[in-house]
Amino acid sequence: MQLVLEKRTERSNAIALVSPLIAIGLTIVTMTILFAILGKNPLLALQAYFIAPLTDGYSLQEIAVKATPLVMIAIGLSLCYLANAWNIGAEGQFLIGAVAGSWIAVKTQGTDAGAWVLPAMLVLAATAGALYALIPAICKVKFGASEILTSLMLVYVADLLLDYLVRGPWRDPNGFNFPTTAEFDPVATVPLLIEGGRLHLGSIIALLVVAAAAILLGRTIKGFEIRVVGAAPRAARFGGFNANQLIILTFAVSGALAGLAGIIEVAGPVGHLQPGISPGYGFTAIIVAFLGRLNPIGILIAGLFLALTFIGGEQAQIAMKIPLDVTKVFQGILLFYVLACDSLILYRFKLVFPNRQVARGAG
Amino acid sequence: MELVEAIILSVLAASTPLLIAATGELVTERSGVLNLGVEGMMIVGAACGFGGAWLTGSILIGALFGIIAGMLMSLIFALMALGLAVNQVATGLALTILGVGLSGLIGAGFVGERITPAIHLHIPGLTDIPLLGRVLFGEDAFVYFSIALIIGVWWFLYRTRAGLILRACGDNHVSAHALGYPVLRIRTLAVMFGGACAGLAGAYLPLAYTPFFIPGMTAGRGWIALALVVFASWRPGRLVVGAYLFGAVTILQLHAQGWGVGIPSQFMSALPYLATVIVLVLLSRARTGGSTAPAALGTVFVPDR
Repeated sequence: MQLVLEKRTERSNAIALVSPLIAIGLTIVTMTILFAILGKNPLLALQAYFIAPLTDGYSLQEIAVKATPLVMIAIGLSLCYLANAWNIGAEGQFLIGAVAGSWIAVKTQGTDAGAWVLPAMLVLAATAGALYALIPAICKVKFGASEILTSLMLVYVADLLLDYLVRGPWRDPNGFNFPTTAEFDPVATVPLLIEGGRLHLGSIIALLVVAAAAILLGRTIKGFEIRVVGAAPRAARFGGFNANQLIILTFAVSGALAGLAGIIEVAGPVGHLQPGISPGYGFTAIIVAFLGRLNPIGILIAGLFLALTFIGGEQAQIAMKIPLDVTKVFQGILLFYVLACDSLILYRFKLVFPNRQVARGAG
Repeated sequence: MELVEAIILSVLAASTPLLIAATGELVTERSGVLNLGVEGMMIVGAACGFGGAWLTGSILIGALFGIIAGMLMSLIFALMALGLAVNQVATGLALTILGVGLSGLIGAGFVGERITPAIHLHIPGLTDIPLLGRVLFGEDAFVYFSIALIIGVWWFLYRTRAGLILRACGDNHVSAHALGYPVLRIRTLAVMFGGACAGLAGAYLPLAYTPFFIPGMTAGRGWIALALVVFASWRPGRLVVGAYLFGAVTILQLHAQGWGVGIPSQFMSALPYLATVIVLVLLSRARTGGSTAPAALGTVFVPDR
């Protein structure tokens, strides 16, 4: 028995729509088995993961808070991936944005600086993220260096830079030697949407980003160019589209969005700069981008779903002592199933039995 | 003298996992497959390798556990990227994400445990020669194996028929298929070889480099191994040079931190990563007149029947 792929004459739109759902279903089946292997009651575990966080207002807000950076980063990454440019260093761009924005917050701390602080932080963070993302993009366009490897290497560099700053020059003098800056002033903090809640202005910004991306991709020439360069590079060359220029553009935009997400996370839910501000948002966002089929609305839904797994993972750890790493395993498996199901859009899977093959003389 | 010897020894130790992992990836890429999951396969190899050695008390069994774990991980990749014709870049990333999670899950049971690290060769007389004795005759088995491995791979790729066929698959899968070679089967074997090497390279870290397991202990070595293959222009000989150069950068920055050069330690720690970026740029720039990469690298192949 042998699995054979048969190319479809045209891509299947029906499967394009249901493939993420099939992938989620298969992941849940796999997780059930994994929970059983870990000796946990699978039904209770699934309930803790997927149902419990949806039942109280605090967790619902927390899901939106976690989804905010995921969606913002994933939107940027989807533009890159559509243009066939592989930015996998969003984690680094996120951290650099957080660092750059925090610089203003740290320098204005305790002064009577006004309402300009937060907007300035957001702008600087987006700029820094974009510039940081431009390093691999320019290395790719000018010198042909693999953007996959260079963007990934810069993640480690950004991580070390952040570590140096919060242990050295920016450390809170009253922080008992913990590697963290002092708590940001109110003017340097992202305002909450509900007094006493968790939901903050960043979630609104994320929604605006989704809307902007939907318009860019669906209604503008630039968006069309991005899609053509990725899907049909030869046609794009004939059309006179500049692929290199689009690599630079998509990297800059995705870096800016990742940087913005970084400062919103630091000036929002976290409130100060410290190591470990990201539980791997930049990498999880890659999964979000693919699960959302590189489509802005899809990414919004996928971002909320993966945020649910973060919150569910925390609750399952508290309630059932399920290790947090299960969440990462879950996310990895999910990405595999998403990619496998995507293959169904272009190909039919067929099982071929050897005897039939021999009969056709193709064995 | 003592210090020079100590530095050479530590450079060899730091280079060995890079060399083993990059050798495996070189064979994989020569068959036309880009497996970006080296980091994931390495970290799972590290967790399983340590687990095996901790449970049985045998370094050899630990190494075997690492190899098998890496191979199993690479089989997932082969199933996806070769069997289901999924984009290789995305599949490799997924493999790394999965590997990081799995290793945490596997390793949770023995974080903080210690084992007796792999013993070093000792030949009375030879090993005691000043300066060169311990470097040449006092290493652990992994170091000698890594040298044998790269020589074996060079011989296989350039001196055997099977190696020629493997390179043919990497340069033009349509022609190889037309000549009747089972492209996907050859590529699957190459991917598995890469997985075995990555698993072994990962296992080297807790078995010989540091005698304990910590989550995330590969610290990007899998990615550096990938960069090394590019650095080596897909040639085994240059791979050895590259691996030892990178090992040297890693060790020198550690020593520089020890000497207290006055540069913050984080900047020194960033050196290997920055060096990778710079080297990639310089090399890609130096290459005029076409790329030296296998022509079919990273492209999907679906045989028509």
